[in-house]
Amino acid sequence: MRSQDRTGLTAIARAGVGGLTAGAVVLFAALAFSQEAPRLTGADPAMENVQAPPLARPVTDDRRKARNYPEQPPVIPHSIEGYQLTLNTNRCLECHRREFVEASGAPMISVTHFMDRDFQVLADVAPRRYFCLQCHVPQTDARPLVENEFTDMSATTAE
Amino acid sequence: MKRLWSVIREYWEVIRRPSAYFSLGFLTLGGFIFGVIFWGGFNTALELTNTEKFCISCHEMQDNVYQELTRTVHFSNRSGVRATCPDCHVPHEWTHKIARKMQASKEVWGKIFGTINTRQKFLDHRLELAKHEWARLKANDSLECRNCHSTIAMDFTRQSRRAAEIHERYLVSGERTCIDCHKGIAHELPDMTGIEPGWQAPTDIRAAPKDQQTSVDPLMHHSLSAFLESR
Repeated sequence: MRSQDRTGLTAIARAGVGGLTAGAVVLFAALAFSQEAPRLTGADPAMENVQAPPLARPVTDDRRKARNYPEQPPVIPHSIEGYQLTLNTNRCLECHRREFVEASGAPMISVTHFMDRDFQVLADVAPRRYFCLQCHVPQTDARPLVENEFTDMSATTAE
Repeated sequence: MKRLWSVIREYWEVIRRPSAYFSLGFLTLGGFIFGVIFWGGFNTALELTNTEKFCISCHEMQDNVYQELTRTVHFSNRSGVRATCPDCHVPHEWTHKIARKMQASKEVWGKIFGTINTRQKFLDHRLELAKHEWARLKANDSLECRNCHSTIAMDFTRQSRRAAEIHERYLVSGERTCIDCHKGIAHELPDMTGIEPGWQAPTDIRAAPKDQQTSVDPLMHHSLSAFLESR
């Protein structure tokens, strides 16, 4: 029993050393990368108070944005402040549901939203598509933390 | 019945006789002063029941609807105007206020017998309660909304294009009233299955034009007949 204990201890010690080296590597890597990307974890001395940046304003110009790729869920170009999206009610669908688009003038939810995961077409929005904000989000005028180098695929194929 | 009648008659005899003990001055002045005190007291008590503090002194209101209100624009906003419970739920005009207060005796009944004294009971009744408020606001043309928001003071150019268009079409024409579209503006909504948004024309209106619709578009019909005549 005793020898078993001893081997167990060495194993733990070995793991500890391994962990330390790994930690050190991560730390150095983090230090190296910290030069490129801004900190996302708050104050530098950890307990310092950081002044909160002003809240970004939502983009509500009501103009459809081109999608970056065909499967991209279109972004929401209008204010959704105070909209209720719960099990009881869905404010988005009050305009975007098939039955209501004629009166509201909003674009109808796409046909994919009527399919369940087995591609069975249902009469109404599929439960897995019910919570619109899972995919569709409003935009704000916030300055990006990191520069976006995304290139549209039609731009790359044109080259 | 006969006994009741005789009792009433007895009282009537007492009331219609001139006073034998009190002077006319005492009776008129005293009546006036007591009248003022009674009326003042009545109105003060009524106003007391017309405060947010009174409303949320019941846990049913404090724990459910009030908590929801605190998360909405009617509670906290950029210009610092706040609507409290009575601003929306009690008519400001005297006669309607008294009528609403008399209705509210039913709510006292509900309070005493604990109709909604748990969260679950409240949620179970939510649709019914909401429907009462929607019907009330529909019937008085959203009077409590219009105590602050008037169509005439609305600058449509400051609204989003969508909002301005819809307001112009439905609000200005009087076709709809605020509550038709702005349900759940200050509280969470009940299960809204089957309750259509305000901009959707009611079913009876929607069904009517279909019968009158001709298969040929009038403009096309006109150009068709013009074409046939020219031949």
